[in-house]
Amino acid sequence: MPELKLPDIDYAALLPMLILFGAACVGVLIEGFVPRSVRNMVQLVLSLAAMVAALVFVIRRAGEVTAENAATIGGAIMIDNMGLFMEGALLVLGLVSLLLFGERTLERGGAFVPHAAVTVGSERDREQAVDSGATEVYPLALFSLGGMLMFVTANDLLTMFVALEVFSLPLYLMCALARRKRLLSQESALKYFLLGAYASAFFLFGVAMIYGFAKGVDFRAIHEAVRGSETSPTLLLIGLALVAIGLLFKIAAAPFHVWTPDVYQGAPTPVTAFMAACTKAAAFGALLRVLYVGFDGAKWHFTPVLGAVAVLTMLVGAVLAVTQTDLKRLLAYSSVANAGYLMVGLLGGNKDGLSSTLFYLVAYGFTVIAAFALVSLVRDADGEATHLSRWAGLGRRSPLFAGIFTFLLLAFAGIPLTSGFMAKFGVFGAAIAGDQTWLVIFGVLTSIVLAFPYLRVVVMMWLSEPGETTPSVSIPGVLTSAVLGIGTVATLLLGVLPGPLLELADQASSFIR
Amino acid sequence: MVDLLLWTLALPLVGAVIALVVPDAPGRIVSVVASVLTLVAVVPLGFDRPAGMWHELDIPWVPAFHLRLHLGVDGISYPLVVLTALLTVLCCAYSVWHTPAPGRGNVLGALLLVIEAGILGTFLAQDLVLFFIAFEVVLLPMAAVIAVWGGEGRRRAALKFALYTLAGSVLLLVGVVVVVVQADTADMVKLTESPTLPATTQLWVFALFALAFAIKSPLWPLHTWLPDAHTEAPTVGSVILAGVLLKMGTYGLIRVGIGVTPEGFAKAAPVLGVLAVAAIVVGSLVCLVQTELKRLIAYSSVGHMGFVLLGIATGSAVGLQAALIGNIAHGVLTGLLFFVAGAIKDRAHTGQLAELGGLRERAPWLAGILGVAALGSLGLPGLAGFWGEAFAVVAAYQRGGLLWTVLAIVAAVGAALTAAYLLRMLRRVSHGPVAPALAAAGEVRWPEAVAWAPLILLAFVLGVVPVLVVDLAAGAALISGALGR
Repeated sequence: MPELKLPDIDYAALLPMLILFGAACVGVLIEGFVPRSVRNMVQLVLSLAAMVAALVFVIRRAGEVTAENAATIGGAIMIDNMGLFMEGALLVLGLVSLLLFGERTLERGGAFVPHAAVTVGSERDREQAVDSGATEVYPLALFSLGGMLMFVTANDLLTMFVALEVFSLPLYLMCALARRKRLLSQESALKYFLLGAYASAFFLFGVAMIYGFAKGVDFRAIHEAVRGSETSPTLLLIGLALVAIGLLFKIAAAPFHVWTPDVYQGAPTPVTAFMAACTKAAAFGALLRVLYVGFDGAKWHFTPVLGAVAVLTMLVGAVLAVTQTDLKRLLAYSSVANAGYLMVGLLGGNKDGLSSTLFYLVAYGFTVIAAFALVSLVRDADGEATHLSRWAGLGRRSPLFAGIFTFLLLAFAGIPLTSGFMAKFGVFGAAIAGDQTWLVIFGVLTSIVLAFPYLRVVVMMWLSEPGETTPSVSIPGVLTSAVLGIGTVATLLLGVLPGPLLELADQASSFIR
Repeated sequence: MVDLLLWTLALPLVGAVIALVVPDAPGRIVSVVASVLTLVAVVPLGFDRPAGMWHELDIPWVPAFHLRLHLGVDGISYPLVVLTALLTVLCCAYSVWHTPAPGRGNVLGALLLVIEAGILGTFLAQDLVLFFIAFEVVLLPMAAVIAVWGGEGRRRAALKFALYTLAGSVLLLVGVVVVVVQADTADMVKLTESPTLPATTQLWVFALFALAFAIKSPLWPLHTWLPDAHTEAPTVGSVILAGVLLKMGTYGLIRVGIGVTPEGFAKAAPVLGVLAVAAIVVGSLVCLVQTELKRLIAYSSVGHMGFVLLGIATGSAVGLQAALIGNIAHGVLTGLLFFVAGAIKDRAHTGQLAELGGLRERAPWLAGILGVAALGSLGLPGLAGFWGEAFAVVAAYQRGGLLWTVLAIVAAVGAALTAAYLLRMLRRVSHGPVAPALAAAGEVRWPEAVAWAPLILLAFVLGVVPVLVVDLAAGAALISGALGR
């Protein structure tokens, strides 16, 4: 029997992931051993500490990436510049959205219930609705974030699939934990789970096809097979299409977006913020790696198809956003449209495309987290008041928060001096440089359409008289205030002085194959 | 001097912030002080006039996007810059005395200052990306001014204005991105001196620019936001809107349209000319049947801007000079007209022409000023409106060929129509028996007189010696540089 040869493992490079997974396991133990009264504080501190530690190791690694030391665990994980940037971005965005998870002053016990699967309306469900908060959500979020880190650094399709499942499964569960509107929350989780399972199956089937074509699943083998193979590309194209479907589902591109509004609406708002910022970033990170590293030889095949998907995504997102009457659904469709703009940058297909997409992900992430943080503040006796008509006259009741929300909406609309403008300018410029002007034309057309729902909300907040049903804006706790502050300041700073982050994204926009 | 350029943008912005945080009454004073200081900073820019840029400032901002804080002033932008600063002072001062419901004059002043900064930025920018940013900064504060301090249908008008001009902006954005990516620079001076874009690209980039600026100007048939916005806007909003905001469109067409994409402009000029003349005729005809005072003046803007655009479209030195004078003249006269119309509406509480009449009996000075503004606006020689309109027609005629000759003739007929509707307005408002609505109308009050006097003075100065105000050489230089004529 030949001696078993173990792959080299560069633990230093993997440390950010290991810290998150380790902290998540400790978090599970805390659930068992720490008294309830202090559990939230302990879990929050542990999670934040783990993320900060992981971030420190990502930053320390930043200068040391070389072509030799990037690949580890037998080439399953690739910690290159781009991977490090995505890890850092995910950790920062995750950190900010985790602050929302810890908010306990808006509602007794926080936004989450302990048991996701209890029948709605049953005795136990009523009990847990008034129960003090559940903290299982912290380890779930850490597992999910760890999976995302693995997802964006996976160097072969199988590792990527494993990571996809690792970060998706906790998300499905987290969606079902909303304290209010339990039925909606459970429905959203089930929908997300079922559709997500289909998408995963497509992805896996695609991996099998590609294995048949390339005789390997790692990106270097795929790259070489795409370049040099004599065999018919049918298997390759089917495989690429199926893998892409799996990833497009996660980024919420049309026509694989149908879960987005329901899940964004039903999930607890902190989880929605987490998904809108981090899941999107992770999925784009993986999509970039798959397309730029593995399949760049098939560019001529996938660009027109994905271009059509991008156009459809922008159109669907923008047009359906106009018809929404619920703020969370509106933001969901806006998130769909933003996936389209991100794809415009991605399909630019050059270094600019890569760096502008990275910048967009970070800029959008900050803005969207702050926007959902604000949504969680406008409440009445039944929890969050997300119907648009309820926001009428909010500017009179609390000018500060209405002002912040207006600013965030302007950022979504891409008005200059907000990060949204710089981000859009970047991706459109990259697409024109990459001869994809038609995408830019659809991009600006949909931007016009999309400006309408945003402005309508602004007009409603400032110019309508507050009615009987206009809810009050809760005084945010320290954590939500921090999130709002960070998100708003980042949106402004990235709009006025985007230089440093652009430079960072530019340095990060290189893969190692 | 370099610092002055920065001050022209910084002063209004700082003033806006201060005005916003202090209470109402002191806030209004702060906005006046800030606007006066801005005017003081702006005027010396024209003291020293070397060839080319008179003053320049160039600081890198976002190198990755070719975005530089590159400001410059020359003969084309200087008159517009001064007019902007002057009108803002007058509007801020007027707001101290009179701010329509719901009050909050400090917020109104702050918004006016932000608008001023944006417009000044647009006129001063020598970097294409910076130009776009400044162009867009103006949009939302203006919409807010209409939406908060406007008349009955203000919400609809503001949303229409915002969406319309936002649509124009994104078209402009595409053009800017294409130019910046293809030429690998956003320096407007460089782009104008050595256009590197291929002719086909220029043509469709110019189409994008022209659409964007046509919405702003506005050029028929993209003018439909203007009457609503003007009718509903408060007096100061209308003055800024007509006085300088519309000029961003024509200025952009000259500086960016002709400067950056000269070949595209040359090919599209006949289309532009036809549309401009259509605007003159349609604007005048619509004015003849208008029943509301502010709406009538708003539609007259469509006609006047048609003359300016016709001058630009001829692509000749004479035409461009006519356009530059016409721009300023329209800003002065229409600004004055809106001030007076606002004053009449405040007194009569109606703008319906049928319910007005006999103003000269109750308030002869007010009626007299309205008369001066209207006569200037219809192009009476000796007043500001004459030069721009007459020489736009002359330039079109000089261009020769069947098309341009016809255009010149039709435009001249349009000028006669302009006289017809303005005289009709004067007859309805000033003459005839005193209408009940104006029975108690008061005479011009001193804050009004202070706000209007500079405009009346300018109307005469521009009419008699336009070269004092407009640097004619600059227009000729730009044309010969860009088009080789």
